Amino acid sequence: MRFGIAVFPGTWSDRDCAHAVELSGNEAVMLWHKDRDLRGADCVMLPGGFSYGDYLRAGAVARFAPLMEAVVEFTEGGGLAWGICNGFQVLCEAHLLPGALTRNASLQFRCEPSWLRVETDSCAFTASCRVGDVLQIPVSHGEGRYVADEATLDELERDERVVFRYVTPAGLAVGAATPNGSMRDIAGIVNPAHNVLGMMPHPERACEPLLGSADGMRLITSVARSLRRDGALAASTR
Amino acid sequence: MSVISAGAAPPTDAALAEVALSRAEYEAAARLLGREPNHVELGILGALWSEHCSYKTSKPLLRALPTTGAAVLQGPGENAGAVDVGDGFACVFKIESHNHPSAIEPYQGAATGVGGILRDIFTMGARPVALLDSLRFGPLEEPRQRHLFEGVVAGIGGYGNCIGVPTVGGELYFDESYRENCIVNAMCVGVVPSERLTRASARGPGNAVLLVGADTGRDGIHGASFASVQFDDSSEERRPAVQVGNPFLEKCLMEACLELAGDPRIVAMQDLGAAGLCGSAAELAHRGGVGVEIDVARVARREQGMTPYEVMLSESQERMLVVVRPQDVDAVQQVFERWDLHSDVVGRVVAEQRFVVRDGGAAVCDLPLDVLVDGVPQRTAPGPRPERAMTLEHRMWASPWPMEETLLRLLRSPNLGSRRAVFRTYDHQVGDATVVRPGGDAAVVRIPGSVRGLAMCTDGNARYTSLAPRRGAAIAVCEAARNVVATGARPVALTNCLNFGNPEVNDVYWDLHDAIAGIADACTALGVPVVSGNVSLYNESERSRIAPTVVIGMVGVIDDVARHCAAAFASEGDEIAVAGPLAGRLDASELQRLGFGVNAKVAPDLDLDLERRVQSFVGEAIAAGLLHSAHDLAEGGLGVAAAECAIWSGLGLRAEIAELTHPPDGERAPFEAAGILFGEGQSRFLISYAREALVQLQDLAARHSVPLRALGTVGGSRITFSGVLDVSLEAARDAYEEALQPSA
Amino acid sequence: MIFIADVVVHLKPVVNDPQGLVVRDGLRRLGFADVHGVRVGKHIQVELDAGDEQGARAAVESMCDRLLRNPVIEDYRIDAVRAVAEAAAAS
Repeated sequence: MRFGIAVFPGTWSDRDCAHAVELSGNEAVMLWHKDRDLRGADCVMLPGGFSYGDYLRAGAVARFAPLMEAVVEFTEGGGLAWGICNGFQVLCEAHLLPGALTRNASLQFRCEPSWLRVETDSCAFTASCRVGDVLQIPVSHGEGRYVADEATLDELERDERVVFRYVTPAGLAVGAATPNGSMRDIAGIVNPAHNVLGMMPHPERACEPLLGSADGMRLITSVARSLRRDGALAASTR
Repeated sequence: MSVISAGAAPPTDAALAEVALSRAEYEAAARLLGREPNHVELGILGALWSEHCSYKTSKPLLRALPTTGAAVLQGPGENAGAVDVGDGFACVFKIESHNHPSAIEPYQGAATGVGGILRDIFTMGARPVALLDSLRFGPLEEPRQRHLFEGVVAGIGGYGNCIGVPTVGGELYFDESYRENCIVNAMCVGVVPSERLTRASARGPGNAVLLVGADTGRDGIHGASFASVQFDDSSEERRPAVQVGNPFLEKCLMEACLELAGDPRIVAMQDLGAAGLCGSAAELAHRGGVGVEIDVARVARREQGMTPYEVMLSESQERMLVVVRPQDVDAVQQVFERWDLHSDVVGRVVAEQRFVVRDGGAAVCDLPLDVLVDGVPQRTAPGPRPERAMTLEHRMWASPWPMEETLLRLLRSPNLGSRRAVFRTYDHQVGDATVVRPGGDAAVVRIPGSVRGLAMCTDGNARYTSLAPRRGAAIAVCEAARNVVATGARPVALTNCLNFGNPEVNDVYWDLHDAIAGIADACTALGVPVVSGNVSLYNESERSRIAPTVVIGMVGVIDDVARHCAAAFASEGDEIAVAGPLAGRLDASELQRLGFGVNAKVAPDLDLDLERRVQSFVGEAIAAGLLHSAHDLAEGGLGVAAAECAIWSGLGLRAEIAELTHPPDGERAPFEAAGILFGEGQSRFLISYAREALVQLQDLAARHSVPLRALGTVGGSRITFSGVLDVSLEAARDAYEEALQPSA
Repeated sequence: MIFIADVVVHLKPVVNDPQGLVVRDGLRRLGFADVHGVRVGKHIQVELDAGDEQGARAAVESMCDRLLRNPVIEDYRIDAVRAVAEAAAAS
């Protein structure tokens, strides 16, 4: 499968995402922010980084990039978009996902391991996981505290759109396991159609035991398998 | 041919002080030029003849350092050093100080320090793969010191995290001598296929000089000369406008430059650092044996009304000079435009080796390059070598506390305790290459596209160098090498940052002299060359002077990164041993400082031949797969090292040392226990291994004539030295994690 | 009396403002071609007890000098000091 990886000025996980995708046996192509071309990607990844320095608000300027117009169109047709870290922030700013990512409760940047409990397997990104699985995937951000109003949070829960929650290594959601103070320990969510995922942790950094964890690979594999299964969908939206 | 008319009259003392030139230097300049320099020329000479740019004091001393070796691709003299690390890759690295700016504005000072060292690396075509920072402040309990410490850490994170280069290591010390002058040294390591290594040497008269990146403002004018005088109470007023870093712009600049690295259209690249456009253009031309002409009217400004003098000396960040052939200017500019980077042709290369500055038409500066770059009269010793008050007496010291409490106090010391509070705020994983994360001996970063890994660390104990500059500096090299060796790497080269006080003071000059000799001693003994470095002098105020602070940045290569060795214990039941001698004295140790204040008399001994043998032994043992862990014994000695291995792994240990319970003189002496457990004797590692490996290890140790002392086993949930010390792992971890926390 | 003071902290004119540059370029990309420059500061609202407006202003000035701004790179401006209510009862 072909993963298109968005490159905005200030993006820095692009190369890591490409590395992880290639390691999984899939193809990675870079998507330049000034182009409206998704280059035939089956899934678009919006990687981590500090697009435009994140100087105004994280993701605020990148959402206006020409590439984002193509991404919006692609996801409206059912295409998969996967925002990681800064990519999640861009998706929220672009209103493809509800809520916002604010400064960590600690007021500090946090780079450390985190443990994510898979809350749903009803989207392509976790189709090969089981609900309750605990994945070790690191975080690295200063603005990752997920906030939304209560009604939105309730809706997310009700519609099985909370995909990941921060938990202890044993799988308990205890608040203290959250590196950023996210509401309801939310680490990742999908849109109503379940084809747009935003998550703060970095699965692309957890694709090899040598780097500490290979759990992130399960997500890439999930996407590739789902795409193969639903090949017709991807082909029709190109 | 000079078009400049001579300055009207010799400048006043105040005018010379403004540009930090001595009267004698001014007269030398006038003599070399055959005329009085004008106002612009005077400023430019002041900047380039400053200690910061010219190394007028340290250059003759630095010649003592060994800088060559089979692997060296680029020694000192370029933006950074480069070594061949195998598989066709070059590793490019350098360390640099940003002490003075950080003392004034800790966040921006540290941030722009990181920005500057990154530019040095990607200017050479190498992609930065790691950053390290060596930091020193006054006592952490003092609010101002905590403010500086937190500001500097936030600035390093702010820049490094934004640009996406992992900060993987460094060191942190607190000591009275840094109360008024903090130390902020930043090191960057980059990797590039050797054939893409780019040099900063202008060639080809007629070639265009492009200025790329940020617009030029009145940032840090006189920064170079500012860093070359000591602080006094008027520094507040005289300080230049603080530079504010823009890591986002630098990220774009870095990507564009890396896209162009190795491109035949790029003749040379040089970043703008100290002394701004002046310093960079002059170095670029001087290295290439050509001249350069810059037209300040073509330089894009951030502010109105800037004079040619200000434009030339501005230290605005995130700027780069690129030399290209005239026919390639458009194509190269397009690459920069793609990254939304502004670029202008601001000058050209000329054949005659002169440094000419125009403002539109008229020349405002016209100086021979050799005068500008090499003309400064080199400084010599202010006086004869001073007699050092040598104290040969090794006093024995007992710990003022019971052993358990002693260990916990050491673990809680801000100089020894956990650095997690710092490195969790740095992105240390971006790049998908960090195999050994910060917190241990050295970090290990794999080389993308290769199975090899780079081990790297910074090290330097200023307590040792202040007692014995030569031996202390040699220890810094050895310890840095030991850190790298403990990961299974072979040290290949080092960079150094020499932070000292005012070299016009005789003692300081000789401290610097001796420290350089010590680095050379250890480099020669270990076969590790120096490929880059930086000297930061005048780290003193009217009230105090820093301890001579030698920081060594070491890089080593692991042939198969998957076979690296960890510092933490690996499994329950493994055996533990010390490779190297047992310590017996607390000389200059952290315990001595904690227990008795600053009254150390003697630095630890160092036997360079033993050091080399111990390192070879550990290196070979790891390569042979005999070790499960290896940890360098440093500050806090055996006791702290053992506790660290236990804390990091969550596995306790039970050790027995006969000398602890049955002292040789037959009488139990508590001070000896403290010496053995917490003395900082050199040339030692704490290793763990499966029982079956012992015989082979003993053979190997015998071959290298290295003492190998089995201590006990890994396991349980306590740190136990039988009969002397018994602490729960939990208590040790709590103390260790508390070290940098603000006291309630 | 309780007063509210509106303080604007901004970078000194001579200091580089990366955030302002990004916002400026972002606006231009969105079609606001007339934008010459943008500088970004922060608005801080302080609520305090004081005897009168003058006293409130003096107190806020002192806060600015000591904490709210970084004198090395920032200036400040007190936009308004207004009384909003009677002083809270001493507790």
